[in-house]
Amino acid sequence: MANVLVVAEQHSGSLRKATLHALGAGSELARRLGGKLHVIALGKGIGKMADELRAYADVLVADAPVLEHYLAESYAPVVADAARAAQADHVCAAATAFGKDLLPRVAARLSAAMATEVLSFGGQGAQVTFRRPMWAGNVLAEVELATPVKVITIRPTEFPAAPKSATQGSVAPVAVGVDPGSLKTRFLEFKEVKSARPELTEARVVVSGGRGTKGDFKEVEGLADEVGAAVGASRAAVDAGWVPNDWQVGQTGKVVAPELYIAAGISGAIQHLAGMKGSRVIVAVNKDPDAPIFQLADYGLVADLFKALPELRAKVKASK
Amino acid sequence: MPLKILVTAKRVEDPESKIRVKPDGSGIVTEGVNYKLNPFDEIAVEEALRLKEKHGGEIVVASIGGDKSVTEIRAALAMGADRAILVKHDGALDPVLVSAILAKLVEREKPDLVILGKQSIDDDQNQTGQYLAERLGLGQATNASKTESLESEAEQKKQPGLLLSADGKSVTVLREVDGGLEKLEVSLPAVVTTDLRLNKPRFASLPGIMKAKKKEVKEIPANDLGVDLTPRVIVKKLFEPPRRKGGVKVADVNELWVKLHAEAKVL
Ligand SMILES: Cc1cc2nc3c(=O)[nH]c(=O)nc-3n(C[C@H](O)[C@H](O)[C@H](O)COP(=O)(O)OP(=O)(O)OC[C@H]3O[C@@H](n4cnc5c(N)ncnc54)[C@H](O)[C@@H]3O)c2cc1C
Ligand SMILES: Nc1ncnc2c1ncn2[C@@H]1O[C@H](COP(=O)(O)O)[C@@H](O)[C@H]1O
Repeated sequence: MANVLVVAEQHSGSLRKATLHALGAGSELARRLGGKLHVIALGKGIGKMADELRAYADVLVADAPVLEHYLAESYAPVVADAARAAQADHVCAAATAFGKDLLPRVAARLSAAMATEVLSFGGQGAQVTFRRPMWAGNVLAEVELATPVKVITIRPTEFPAAPKSATQGSVAPVAVGVDPGSLKTRFLEFKEVKSARPELTEARVVVSGGRGTKGDFKEVEGLADEVGAAVGASRAAVDAGWVPNDWQVGQTGKVVAPELYIAAGISGAIQHLAGMKGSRVIVAVNKDPDAPIFQLADYGLVADLFKALPELRAKVKASK
Repeated sequence: MPLKILVTAKRVEDPESKIRVKPDGSGIVTEGVNYKLNPFDEIAVEEALRLKEKHGGEIVVASIGGDKSVTEIRAALAMGADRAILVKHDGALDPVLVSAILAKLVEREKPDLVILGKQSIDDDQNQTGQYLAERLGLGQATNASKTESLESEAEQKKQPGLLLSADGKSVTVLREVDGGLEKLEVSLPAVVTTDLRLNKPRFASLPGIMKAKKKEVKEIPANDLGVDLTPRVIVKKLFEPPRRKGGVKVADVNELWVKLHAEAKVL
C-alpha cells in the first residue's frame, strides 16, 4: 500500500494543465515510495480525457451523469473509494480552486491529514515530508503528516509537468455509488470569465495592474496583448471591482511564476509578493521610488505607468 | 425564518506584521507581533450579521485556542455577534483537530449555517470548512463571494451575499473559482467559507465594544469534548524562504527594453 493517486481536473472535458504538474509531483512521490502512480478522472462523457491520461499513469475513470458538474460532496466519496481500491496512501491534486475545495473532503473521508500548496518533498526514502509556505510565504515549513494516508495539493509552478510516457497505462472504470437524491448541494450555473488571453497561471508573461491604475486597465491590457501575456491584478484592483476576481495574484489569489512578471502601479505588499515572487524576471513600474516592490524587482522603473507602458508597448511592436 | 449561525474566529498574526523565523527554526518570533481576528473570519462575522439583520436569529462565535483568543472573540462580539464559545487548547492545532472540535460544537448547538473563513492567514491551509462539512455529512460552499463589487451601492446597503430561499431550507452561494464564478444551492444546515469579495467587514462601534464585555463567553476545555487531541499535521521545522536579489533601477523605458529584450531575452 504505497501507491499514489492523482486527481485529474478538467474544464469542459479537457484536461487542465495543472494536472500534468500534479502528475509530475505524483510520479516523484511514487518513485520515492516504490509504489505505482494512478490517476482518477471524474465527470460525464470524459472518455477522451481518460484516454489522454494513459500517457502518464494507470487511469481510473468515474464517468457518470451525477458527476457532470463538479461538487465536492459527490466527488469526494468517489475519490476516497478509488484511493482505497488503488491502495494509495498518498492522494494528490494541483492546488487550484478545485483541488483546494475537494481534497480536504477526501482527506476527511480517509481519516487523513493534509498539506496545502506543497512546494517540494523532503525527508528520507519512504519517510516523505512536505515543504509548504505559511504566513503568506514569509515562512517555509517542513511538515509531517502523521496519518496512514496523506493528502496533498501541490503548487503547479514548483513541479515540472509529467512527460508523456511511451507506454500506455491501463484504464479501469470505477463504480460511482453516489445517489443524486441524497446530495445537499446543487450546481446552478457557472459564469465564465471568457478571455482570449492565455491562462494566468500558465502564461509566459504576466502584466499586472494595481490601485495605481485608478481603475483604468487600458494600458496594462494593451501591453499584455502586444506581447501575448495574461493580465493579473492586485487585491486592491479586484476589490474595487475594476477587474474580474480571478485575476488576483497573491497569497489568497493565484500563484504565478512566468518568465516575466510586470507589476504596474502595485506597491508590493507581502500578500501580493506571495503570488509572484517565483517569477523568473520581475519588473516594477511605480511612481514612488520607495515602493517595496522595488526591493524585489530585477528591474525597477520609477515612472508613471500611463506613460511607461505605452512606450514599452511601442518598443515591443517595433521589434516585431 | 430566523437563522442560527455558528461563525468561527481564529486569533492570528496581524497580516501587517513582519514575520520572522526563530534562528533554531522552532517557531516564529512573536515579540513585536500584533494579533487580530483572521481577516476571513471578520468577513464571516460580517456575513452572519447581515443575515441576522435580514432574517433574524442568533450568532454564536466559536474559537479554539489559548486564553488570549478571548481578545479576538470579543472583537467578533463587538461587531455584533450574540455569544461565544472558547474551546481551550494550548497545544498545536491543525485542520483535522479543529474540524473535529467544531463538529462537536455543531452537534451541541445545531446551527442552520456554519460560516468559516476560507483560510487562516497563519497556516494558509484552506481546509477546515471542507473537513467539517464532510465530518457532518453536510453540503459545502467554499470561497463565497458576490456579484456586486465592494465599492458598489449594494455593498453600502450591507445586504448579505448569501441568499436564503423563500422556504428557508437552503442558501444560494456564488463561489470564486478558477475562470469565473459558480453558483451553488446548498440545503441547510450547510457549511460556507468566505472569500475576500463577500463583504467589507464593519468596524466595531464604541457601544458595541462596551456591550461585548457583557456578552457570554463560555469556556470549554478541549479535553471535555471527547476528541483525540493529537496533532496530525506536524510542523518539524520552519525556515526563511530564499530571498530574491532585486533592487536594480533602470533610468527609462529605453534601458528597460534593452535589459528585457537583449539581456534577459524575455521580451
Ligand atoms: C487576508 C489578506 C489577503 C490578501 N491577499 C492578497 C492577494 O492575494 N493579493 C494581493 O495583491 N493583495 C492581497 N492583500 C492586500 C495587500 O495587503 C495590499 O493591500 C494590496 O496588494 C495592495 O494593492 P496595490 O499594490 O494595488 O495598492 P497600493 O498598496 O495602494 O499601491 C498602489 C501603488 O501604485 C503606485 N502608483 C499610483 N499611481 C501610479 C501611476 N500613475 N503610475 C505608477 N505607479 C502608480 C503607488 O505609488 C503605489 O505604490 C491581502 C490582504 C489581506 C489582509
Ligand atoms: N483555532 C481555530 N479557531 C477557530 N476557527 C478556526 C481555527 N482554525 C481554523 N479556523 C477556521 O477555519 C478557517 C480555515 O482555516 P484553515 O483551514 O486553517 O486555513 C479559518 O478561517 C477559521 O474560520
